[in-house]
Amino acid sequence: MGLLEAIIISVIAASTPLLLAAAGELVVERSGVLNLGTEGMMIMGAACGFAGAWLTGSTFIGALFGIAAGCALSLVFAALTLGLAVNQVAAGLALTILGVGLSGLIGAGFVGEKITPAPHLYLPVLTGIPFVGKILFGQDGFVYFSVALVVAIWWFLYRTRAGLILRAVGDSHTSAHALGYPVLKIRLLAVLFGGGCAGLGGAFLPLAYTPFFIPGMTAGRGWIALALVVFSSWLPGRLAAGAYLFGAVTILQLHAQAFGLGIPSQLMTALPYLATVIVLVLISRARGSAGSVAPASLGIVFVPDR
Amino acid sequence: MKKLMMTAAAAALAIVATGFSANAAEKLKIGFIYLGPVGDLGWTYMHEVGRQALVKELGDKIETTYLENVSEGPDSERSIEQLARTGHQLIFTTSFGYMDPTLKVAKKYPKIKFEHATGFKRAPNMGTYSGKFYEGRYIQGVIAGKMSKKGVLGYIASFPIPEVISGINATILGAQTVNPDIKLKVIWVNTWFDPGKEADAAKALADQGADVIMQHTDSPAAMQVAAQRGIFAFGQDSDMIKFGPKTQLTSIVNNWGPYYIRAAKAALDGSWKAGDTWDGLKEKMVLMAPYTNMPDDVKALAQKTEAAIVAGTLHPFKCPVLGQDGKAVECKGGANLDPGQILGMNFYVKGVDDKIPGK
Repeated sequence: MGLLEAIIISVIAASTPLLLAAAGELVVERSGVLNLGTEGMMIMGAACGFAGAWLTGSTFIGALFGIAAGCALSLVFAALTLGLAVNQVAAGLALTILGVGLSGLIGAGFVGEKITPAPHLYLPVLTGIPFVGKILFGQDGFVYFSVALVVAIWWFLYRTRAGLILRAVGDSHTSAHALGYPVLKIRLLAVLFGGGCAGLGGAFLPLAYTPFFIPGMTAGRGWIALALVVFSSWLPGRLAAGAYLFGAVTILQLHAQAFGLGIPSQLMTALPYLATVIVLVLISRARGSAGSVAPASLGIVFVPDR
Repeated sequence: MKKLMMTAAAAALAIVATGFSANAAEKLKIGFIYLGPVGDLGWTYMHEVGRQALVKELGDKIETTYLENVSEGPDSERSIEQLARTGHQLIFTTSFGYMDPTLKVAKKYPKIKFEHATGFKRAPNMGTYSGKFYEGRYIQGVIAGKMSKKGVLGYIASFPIPEVISGINATILGAQTVNPDIKLKVIWVNTWFDPGKEADAAKALADQGADVIMQHTDSPAAMQVAAQRGIFAFGQDSDMIKFGPKTQLTSIVNNWGPYYIRAAKAALDGSWKAGDTWDGLKEKMVLMAPYTNMPDDVKALAQKTEAAIVAGTLHPFKCPVLGQDGKAVECKGGANLDPGQILGMNFYVKGVDDKIPGK
C-alpha cells in the first residue's frame, strides 16, 4: 500500500464522524433550530453504541443503539426548546453537559472491554485494484452511509416539497405557520433526525475507529461538527467538502510531523477553526447578496399563537 | 463545560462533606484532583488505583474524595480550593498543569498539606512527587532497538514539557545502545487524551515505516492500531496487554499507591513535611509490565537493563550526553546528568529526527 493511498484512507476515516454529525446538524439548523448539544449526543451515541455492540456482538445493532441514544437525548432538547420554548443555546449547552455525564455513567461498566471493529467491504476484484480499490471498495459501512446520507439530504432539501417546507420553516417560521404548516412538528422531526445522525457519528468512534470505549472519547468532535455546518454555509455539498478538508488537515499535519517538515503542530491543529472564522467573516460580508447564508429564523424560539 | 460540571460536582461534594462531618470528625480527609476520567485506562486511572490502595490500607483512619475531568491551568484553582474549603487536610493534585494553581491555593491555606505530581515548584506546605519514568523509557528503547526490523521507531508525544522530552531522549539513548543508526519519528498531538487522534498518529507513523510504536498519551488506541498493522507497541501508564495480546512488548506501570500511603501516614502521625520525592524502578514507583512478544535474548537483555538501573550501575543519562548538534551537554551531576537537568529537560539528544515545538 502506497503512502498516499494510506493517507487518503486515514483522512476518510477521520472525516466520517464529523460528516455524520454535521449532516444531521445541518438539517436541524435548516429548520431554524440551533442545537449546540452535538458533542453530548455524539458521546451518548458512542457509549450506547459500544454497549449495544458489546452485548450483541453486532456492529449493526451497536449502530442502531447509537442512533437511538442520540434521538433520545435530542428528544430532551426538543421538549425544552420546542415544548417549553426555552432558549436554544442554553438548552444545547446543557444537553452536552448531560450527555457527557450520562455517557460516562453508562459506559463506566464497559471501560476496558473491547469489540471486533466494523468489517470493511471486500469485493473480489474491485477491492484489489491498485490505489483506488481500497479507497472506493474497501471502507466500512459507516463511510458509505455517510456519503449516501449527504446526497440524500441534498436531494431532500432541494428536490422535494417536504424539503422546501423545512427550509421555509427555517427561514420564516411565522410565514410558514401562517400558511398552515406545523412548524413545531417539522422542527421536532428535524431535531430527532439530527440527534440520530450525531448518535451514529459518535457510535462510529468505538465501533469502527478505535474499538473500545473510554469516557470523553469524542474529544470535541461535536464542536468541530458544529463549526463545519457554519463553514459549509448550510450547503450539503460544501459540508462534505469541508468535512474531508478538516479530516485532511488533521491527518496531513501528523504526516508532516513524521516527515520532520518542521511546521508548528499547534498551528496546524488550529487550522480548521481558523478556516471557520474566515468563512464566518466572508458570510457576514456576503449577506444580502445572492448565495446561501444562515437560515433567517435560526435560533429564534417560536411560540405559535393560539 | 468542564467548569460547570466541576462546580456542580464540587457543590455536591460540599453537601456530602457537611452531611458526614459529624461521624467522620476523627478521620483525615484526603482529596485528589484528576486530569481525566478515572476510566481513562492511563494516567488518571493509575492515580485512582493508587487512591484505592490508600483506602484499602488506611480506610478506617481516612476519608478520600476525588474530582475528575479537571482541566489544567487557572480553571483548576477553583476545584483545588473547593477541596481545601471542605475540610480536606491533604490534597494531591495529579497533573503537571496544576502546578501554579496548587501553589496559589497552598499559599492561601498554609495549614493544609498539598502534594503536586510531576512539578518543580514547592512551598512549606506543598511538596512534589514524581516517577523516574525515563528509566522505563530507556528499557523500552533497548527493546525497541532490538525489535525494529526497519530501524524506525514511532513516538506519539503530547505536549513539549520536560517529562515528555526526557522520555523521548531516554528512549533513543536506550535504542542506540543496540542499534546506533536507529531512527525515531516524533508526532506531537497536542493532547493527553483523544483516542481518535492518537490512532491517527499511530497510523501515520506506521504508514511512514515505523514498526515499533510508543506513546506519551493516555489511551490504548495506538496499541490497537499497531495490533491491526501487525507491528509492536508499548503500553502507557498501565498494563495494556488486553488491547494487544500479541502486540505489547511491555508497559511502564505508574505505581502511586505506596507513595500515597506513605504521605497519608506521615500526615496522620504529624511527621509530614513538604518534600521532593522522585522515585523510580528501585523504589517501585515505576514498574515494568511483563516482557512479552519478544525472543528470549531480548527479554534477557531487558531484564538485565532493568536490574542494572535498579542496582544503580546504569543511568540512562550517563555523561557524556550529546545534544542534537552532536556537542556534549554540560554535565552538572558528575557522572550523570543532574536531576534538575532531567526534570527541566528542554533539548533533544543526538539522533532524534524532530524539532521541539516552539523552539
